[in-house]
Amino acid sequence: MDTRYTYYPGCSLHATGIAYDKSMRAVFKKLGSELAELEDWNCCGATAYMSVQKTVAFAVSARNLAIAERTGDDVVAPCSACYYALKHTRVGMEEDAELRAQVEEALAAGGLEADLSVEVRHPLEVLLNDIGIPRLVAEQTHSLEEFRPACYYGCQIVRPFGAVDEDPELPMSMETLFTALGARPVEYPPKVRCCGGMLVATMPQVATELSMDLVDWAIAREANCIVTVCPLCQSNLDLINVTKGSNGPTHQIPVLYFTQLIGLAIGCTPEEVGMEHALIPPDAKAPPVGVSSRHDAPVTIVGTREA
Amino acid sequence: MKTLDPLAGPIAPGVLSKTEQELRTAFLEEIDRIPGGARLNQCIQCGTCTASCPVSHAMDVTPRQVIAMFRAGAIEELLESRTIWLCASCYHCTLRCPAQIHITDLIYALKRIAIEEGIFPARFPVHVMSETFTKNVKRYGRNYEVGLLLRYFLRTKPLGLFAQRRAGYALWRHGRIKLRPDKIKDIDQLRKIIAKAETFDLPQEKVTSEKVTAAVGYESIGR
Ligand code: SF4
Ligand code: SF4
Repeated sequence: MDTRYTYYPGCSLHATGIAYDKSMRAVFKKLGSELAELEDWNCCGATAYMSVQKTVAFAVSARNLAIAERTGDDVVAPCSACYYALKHTRVGMEEDAELRAQVEEALAAGGLEADLSVEVRHPLEVLLNDIGIPRLVAEQTHSLEEFRPACYYGCQIVRPFGAVDEDPELPMSMETLFTALGARPVEYPPKVRCCGGMLVATMPQVATELSMDLVDWAIAREANCIVTVCPLCQSNLDLINVTKGSNGPTHQIPVLYFTQLIGLAIGCTPEEVGMEHALIPPDAKAPPVGVSSRHDAPVTIVGTREA
Repeated sequence: MKTLDPLAGPIAPGVLSKTEQELRTAFLEEIDRIPGGARLNQCIQCGTCTASCPVSHAMDVTPRQVIAMFRAGAIEELLESRTIWLCASCYHCTLRCPAQIHITDLIYALKRIAIEEGIFPARFPVHVMSETFTKNVKRYGRNYEVGLLLRYFLRTKPLGLFAQRRAGYALWRHGRIKLRPDKIKDIDQLRKIIAKAETFDLPQEKVTSEKVTAAVGYESIGR
């Protein structure tokens, strides 16, 4: 299988989210899919732009879509905020003719045009739908048995545009995926709660409270790592680990990207998936598996909806 | 039957002041452009939004009250609330609202008006973040986290930098801080696109008073 995607790393993946960038590239390479970085991409606009100027936010984001149309491959955006901004732009232009006309005019000023032919996708959904769990299980070389992840989805990939087709109040795709790979995800009720996002800089007390709660839940459920799908969630939760004093957590807990864990399972080294960038490295290891037993183990889904 | 037009005539109980009128007009122009903005009058005040909001406990005006206050005409108070700066845009309220009101987008619209009108509560400088962010994009085409945070803290609370030092050091030690901003190649193209788009963000057409009362004004709450 050799599929090609246009990769939109976004600003965070070049800095605080570098481990996400490394693990994305490593996983896709291992699976034989090509990730071609979008040429001369610019900032997605994110949530901050939206609160200043609306049309500008759409136009800034649409420049990326217009460039992506040159190759026509689906755009894969790992950062939840980028995923949302790009998707929102695409959907907004489709639904609102006036907005579309304005954005097109703005793009034309820069000599670009957008015909909205490319899809915006999140890597979790790409890995689940294009690659699929059976293929990932077939590619598995290392055991994840020692991992007890708390799967954290956060906000913007589940709402308002569900990246993965499932219940926005109780997504289970990561649990299903990691269970299939032999890990033992814990039940994690606050999985779609907000981590505080950009409030971490502007109103740190409020943001810390939200992130701390998420960490406490994971610790209480005896998870040995939290798995995230977004660089902002990752750094917000990871930074709780270095919060000291009475505000600090009772334990430290590694906060990983889902792509890092998948990478380990399919034989990428910890360096290849950027494990050294985690503030707290995981204790759990992923030893090689024999060709034996558990591949044919039935897939069970943990967690039930609480009444 | 005689209907009260709050935007015309002598001041009577419930009639908006001049500033309020202007703010309301600006806001209506904004919400007019949000898909489903006119649904505001469908709110049943059930409070699902407030209950779903992770930060409502820290808000002075809850999401449900935002809708109620808007319908009561208290725009200025809304713009002065810290609620609009506290919203983390998590979309939980929007997902769950039984009347499909796009609360998050409405709060965005309020933020934009507040920035335009220069109204922000003291010591809640979130708007500085947004503004610094947009300046970065115009300059580099990308957002540069370190520069963003530095400028933000220097402009708002230099002591905040000290409080964040542990976090900064931890990130730096793990190779997660970049010391130089990335700049895109075709920054001119991006600037042209932004310049053009900006012309659409200026007020386009003045909303008439009829539109004000019909869309979400007092009529929608039965007056
Ligand atoms: S959830 Fe919707 S209908 Fe209920 S109070 Fe909030 S905005 Fe109104
Ligand atoms: S989008 Fe804003 S108002 Fe709505 S639930 Fe989230 S933080 Fe609260």
